[in-house]
Amino acid sequence: MKLGQILSQAPKSLLALGVAATLALMTQGAAAQEANEAASENAGGYVPMAPTEGIGMPVDGGLDVQAQYTELGAQALSLHNALLWIMGAISVFVLLLLVYVMIRYNKKANPVPSKTTHNTMIEVVWTVVPVLILVGIAIPSINLLAKQYESPPEDAVTIKATGYQWYWGYSYPDNGGIEIISNMLPEADAIANGEPPQLAVDNRMVVPANTPLRMQVVAADVIHAFAVPALWFKLDAVPGRLNEKLLIIEEPGVYYGQCSELCGARHGYMPIAVEALPREEWEAWVIEQGGTVATETAEAAETDGETATEATA
Amino acid sequence: MATTAEGFDVHTDDHAHDADHKPGFFVRWFMSTNHKDIGTLYLVFAIFAGIIGGAISGIMRAELAEPGIQILGYWVDLLGGEAGFDANLHMWNVFITAHGLIMVFFMVMPALIGGFGNWFVPLMIGAPDMAFPRMNNISFWLTVAGFCSLLLSMFVPGGTGLGAGVGWTVYAPLSTSGSTGPAVDFAIFSLHLAGAGSILGATNFITTIFNMRAPGMTLHKMPLFVWSVLVTAFLLLLALPVLAAALTMLLTDRNFGTTFFDPAGGGDPVLYQHLFWFFGHPEVYIMILPGFGIISQIIATFSRKPVFGYLGMAYAMVAIGVVGFVVWAHHMFTVGMDVNTKMYFTAATMVIAVPTGVKIFSWIATMWGGSMEFKSPLVWALGFIFLFTVGGVTGVYLANGGIDDYVHDTYFVVAHFHYVLSMGAVFALFAGFYYWFPKMSGKMHSELLAHLHFWTFFIGVNVVFFPQHFLGYQGMPRRYPDFTPAYSYWNEISSIGYQITAASMLLFFANVIYAFVAGKKAAGNYWGEGATTLEWTLSSPPPFHQYETLPVIEEHQDYHDHRPAQA
Repeated sequence: MKLGQILSQAPKSLLALGVAATLALMTQGAAAQEANEAASENAGGYVPMAPTEGIGMPVDGGLDVQAQYTELGAQALSLHNALLWIMGAISVFVLLLLVYVMIRYNKKANPVPSKTTHNTMIEVVWTVVPVLILVGIAIPSINLLAKQYESPPEDAVTIKATGYQWYWGYSYPDNGGIEIISNMLPEADAIANGEPPQLAVDNRMVVPANTPLRMQVVAADVIHAFAVPALWFKLDAVPGRLNEKLLIIEEPGVYYGQCSELCGARHGYMPIAVEALPREEWEAWVIEQGGTVATETAEAAETDGETATEATA
Repeated sequence: MATTAEGFDVHTDDHAHDADHKPGFFVRWFMSTNHKDIGTLYLVFAIFAGIIGGAISGIMRAELAEPGIQILGYWVDLLGGEAGFDANLHMWNVFITAHGLIMVFFMVMPALIGGFGNWFVPLMIGAPDMAFPRMNNISFWLTVAGFCSLLLSMFVPGGTGLGAGVGWTVYAPLSTSGSTGPAVDFAIFSLHLAGAGSILGATNFITTIFNMRAPGMTLHKMPLFVWSVLVTAFLLLLALPVLAAALTMLLTDRNFGTTFFDPAGGGDPVLYQHLFWFFGHPEVYIMILPGFGIISQIIATFSRKPVFGYLGMAYAMVAIGVVGFVVWAHHMFTVGMDVNTKMYFTAATMVIAVPTGVKIFSWIATMWGGSMEFKSPLVWALGFIFLFTVGGVTGVYLANGGIDDYVHDTYFVVAHFHYVLSMGAVFALFAGFYYWFPKMSGKMHSELLAHLHFWTFFIGVNVVFFPQHFLGYQGMPRRYPDFTPAYSYWNEISSIGYQITAASMLLFFANVIYAFVAGKKAAGNYWGEGATTLEWTLSSPPPFHQYETLPVIEEHQDYHDHRPAQA
């Protein structure tokens, strides 16, 4: 934590490479350093992507959910939209009934009250109709759940997010085990970077776009929650429990999220920034961090080669 | 020494043979065994706790009015801590914890169950008092002791600063290894005390309702408010021991080296969540069911029409109570549960909408064909029906596990549960208050002030909480003292709404003062012919000991009409 904070105070031009190199040194040792140097020779330096206003982040005065950048998010969004209409219709229906009885059955309009206390037909109707509406909601809802629980394919890229008090760590066990420590940027730095304060971080979780990700979420101290609204993704980080979920980000971009389970004093100060890059750029980034990519085999024989590499890694 | 039940003067040694003889001040209010006095104590206590809990929400809304940390440091200094970045943020967590616990355990529950339940269950079933009057007394004082323990916790070390900053859910391991110092122990002790008080109260209500109904009052002739308290008492009796167990495990994890919730010793933090929500979900029905009962009485009274579908109404509450015990894990949808569990809890949760819908539509059907008189209790009840519907439909939305992944732990959830509690339960509280205040005090309140209170409060709470739906949709997490500027707009509006609500509460207090200073004397049945349950056959306020001669409910009288033929 301290390290991250100190580094986050550093001039921003040095930030990306400096932090990356330092962390690689710390976590990977000499071998990583060599790889890192090699990477710097081959590929150009990684420059954090500039976020697009209104994408992957909240909009001031916004009314609806954030635009979605995963297929599952899009499916959930359509159910969400249907539910909005149902919620609105039921609320308005009850409101209209209330207004009607207030006008039609007030003391002036109806001085003599009726004594009706039962009507089996109407009671059956207002029991059965809600049941039908709920069944109508439950079917797509259960379907969505089933989709959300599909397992990541074997060649998925594993990314393990670890919640700490109060920052995130991202490790890439399939890619040489590189580790990224991600702290919130101070407000001034975030603004200087053109990023939203309270959401911007020093080191993002960089992932390949259009690639299945095996997101693993765990915590080191107390419970945290890894949440990114624009990806319709939220999974608790629980000590002693490795939660896993498939994530496929469809478009390159920067997507912000925040810790979503009360975890102590700085609960509001450990944001999440996911940067999705095209696969090749992401691989370059991995190498730059001192990680490894199963490039040759992956390009030649997609699935077999990569699983083999994974198994040995 | 035993006398007959003709007069309630069994302990004749120290009482005059007079139903209205009251003991001296100290004995009456500190050693009370009278259900009406204990009910009054509960109401006064709930108002006092509500002022503190409401003031804390004012601090929270002030802090959230704009991005950045503005006022928390002031409160750290004021409460005896040392302001600093972490201490200030910890203060925030202490406030959200205290606000939640106070409003749930020391405002809504004491007011609805302890206050109105104590006052009106015996009156409505024709009983002279509760079954166990002394136990009634200890129930109340345990609640007060619990409140004191919670307040104390704010002044002792709790880890990063003074006080327990763990949220009202007290999740482990933040509440165990994550919070050193005695503050969390005090908070846990507070819940133990309040819980013990509630369990005793629940047994008292169940015994009273089962054994002390007036001759002829079968279960199916009981007013719906009594039904609601009966179901609530069963929920309390079954749910609170589970909370007590979970809290005890927290205490031993914290202090005696057990590892129930610590994976390092073979425990599981998620176990705590299951135990907590097995209590916690019935708890939300504990808070709203008595409100359902109050609303049923009020709608019937002011429509001058018996409740529509009485049996459906009564058993809808029973159904909500039963189903309420098997839906708890929808509070934990993102914890990493398997797909079948999540599907089950999605489906089971939606089922609750059916009996709730039966209640909403039955209330409307009660008014349908009625002759409505818009006195203040009815206006509050109408507000309740609409706002509870809004809170209900967002509940159906949240029941969908796949949708919940987005809004879980965001302000959308905050908006949802404040619509059902801060508007549902609280509107029912005010409806019940204006309905019964003259009965309890013998003084009429001002209907004008009560209506003004309603409109300002209605506008205020909607301005506070409706925008929070938008904040949640935009992704703002709960329990954040600070936020990115993109959340500024709706937060500012929400904070303005708080000021409207706070101003509205001044009208409430003005009304109470007005009633005691200048209020007209209330007749026995000041609401007229629509008010037909037994409490309206008594004077306002009722005599210290009522029903010297037990009322008899005749065959032809229904669940609503309990007036004797001559009245």
